[in-house]
Amino acid sequence: MNIIYILWLRQIKKYLRSRSRIVGSLGQPVLFLVALGFGFGPIFQKAGEGNYIQFLAPGIIAMSILFTAIFSGIEVIWDRQFGFLKETLVAPVSRFNIMLGRTLGGATVATLQGLIVLLISLTIGFRPLSILGILISLIIMFLTALLFTALGTAIASRLQDMQGFQLIMNFLVMPLFFLSGAFFPLNGLPKALAIITRIDPLTYGVDGIRGSLIGSSHFGLSIDFLILGGITLLILSLGSYLFSKIEI
Amino acid sequence: MDNIITVKNLTKKFKDFKAVDKISFTVARGEIFAFLGPNGAGKTTTIKMLTTLLKPTSGQILINGSDPLTEQDKVRRSFGIVFQDPSLDDDLTAWENLEFHGVLYGVPVDLRRKRAEELLKIVELWDRKNDLVKTFSGGMKRRLEIARGLLHHPKVFFLDEPTLGLDPQTRKHIWDYIFNLNQKEQITVFFTTHYIEEAEKIAQKVAVIDHGKIIIQGTSAQLKKQTKKNSLEEAFLELTGHAIRSEKANKIDQMRMHRSLRR
Ligand SMILES: Nc1ncnc2c1ncn2[C@@H]1O[C@H](COP(=O)(O)OP(=O)(O)O)[C@@H](O)[C@H]1O
Ligand SMILES: [Mg+2]
Repeated sequence: MNIIYILWLRQIKKYLRSRSRIVGSLGQPVLFLVALGFGFGPIFQKAGEGNYIQFLAPGIIAMSILFTAIFSGIEVIWDRQFGFLKETLVAPVSRFNIMLGRTLGGATVATLQGLIVLLISLTIGFRPLSILGILISLIIMFLTALLFTALGTAIASRLQDMQGFQLIMNFLVMPLFFLSGAFFPLNGLPKALAIITRIDPLTYGVDGIRGSLIGSSHFGLSIDFLILGGITLLILSLGSYLFSKIEI
Repeated sequence: MDNIITVKNLTKKFKDFKAVDKISFTVARGEIFAFLGPNGAGKTTTIKMLTTLLKPTSGQILINGSDPLTEQDKVRRSFGIVFQDPSLDDDLTAWENLEFHGVLYGVPVDLRRKRAEELLKIVELWDRKNDLVKTFSGGMKRRLEIARGLLHHPKVFFLDEPTLGLDPQTRKHIWDYIFNLNQKEQITVFFTTHYIEEAEKIAQKVAVIDHGKIIIQGTSAQLKKQTKKNSLEEAFLELTGHAIRSEKANKIDQMRMHRSLRR
């Protein structure tokens, strides 16, 4: 328990100490919110879908969680390159606990980042339904964060250096994001796209956050919750398996 | 005599390349043992196998009576290590790095703080305890790593090139401290170094490894006698030849070099 806590604490401390990273990683979501939110707003309204900022903000919150979480997981590569990973790997501690502590820490950081984007979106006119909704959305945010931190860790466990990073961004993270329904409603999509969006786990994160914050969800909160929870467990086991196989 | 490290026919292959080739040696409890060899000889690879970071291709190892393959946690509890490459978290303070280590090794909180204070005073970093490690010089980082490796009172202390790149004052300081520790606490010390005269001064036993094979072992007096040389350094050159070795740098090493050059 202590061990998981200290690993968690390390991630939190590192996050709070990197102010420039926090500010830097908020640039993109704010840009998306403002440019897309106000840019597509009129069309969205004309199509009878209501207020686009209301629809978009949960998607952008999920986006910043996705990016921060994957990045936190990938940080294992940094620890490997700059040596600190060895220090944890020679300690008399199970690999599973190491992986769990790091992942919980990374997921907490990603959730905080999502929360900050939520607060920012309030300033440009986003209006969540209720306090209870916000609390429920935090749980879904954390599950989403856990899933993608574990995914990042799983990938990083198989990589020696950052050279594959661009590949991961372009062929995994970007598709996960753009095909998640963060920007567009899921009803009435072409068949192929409808199937792909259903395979993308981020879809359920976006849908769950949207459902809890503005009360309109495509699959229903309980389905979102179940699917997200199931995939998270799966990826978490995969991540800890791959992490336990790391040799230095 | 009671051996705290026993290695028999230890081999490590990377694909077809034998980095360590059937080496055998023992280290007695309380001894200072120097593992010498040119660049790329297989020293670090051997230490990684002894400390559970790498799985041997074949051969047996016993550390303090336990097998690193099957009794990892027992082995891990019994040693402390200073790695060849830096292994501190630069974004944490000196104190936090020690705290982290103490928690990982299950050292109770009072004891952990008491020892951390003692050790930081010994390595003369007490007044810098709340500074981020990234503000430290190479020598300070090394000293902090030594303090950290001792925090859980290991039975065996592995040091892989602990004085590489340090100035003579810091080197002397570090060796004096390690020597004292060995004398007072009977900690077994297993170290590698490029500075052969350091080994001659403090090691009771020496093994020389080259191209993955141990070519000679014994006390430095025995090595000098066998090679008919006056110093261990001359004996070492006689044994390993005068050709210059370079490590085949892998990707990670290259990244590190870039990083240190940028600084
Ligand atoms: N992970 C690895 N994959 C392939 N070759 C390696 C790996 N690690 C070390 N080697 C090679 O094994 C040899 C021994 O390396 P090492 O044990 O680091 O030498 P030393 O510490 O004595 O300088 C070197 O030729 C090195 O390039
Ligand atoms: Mg080495």
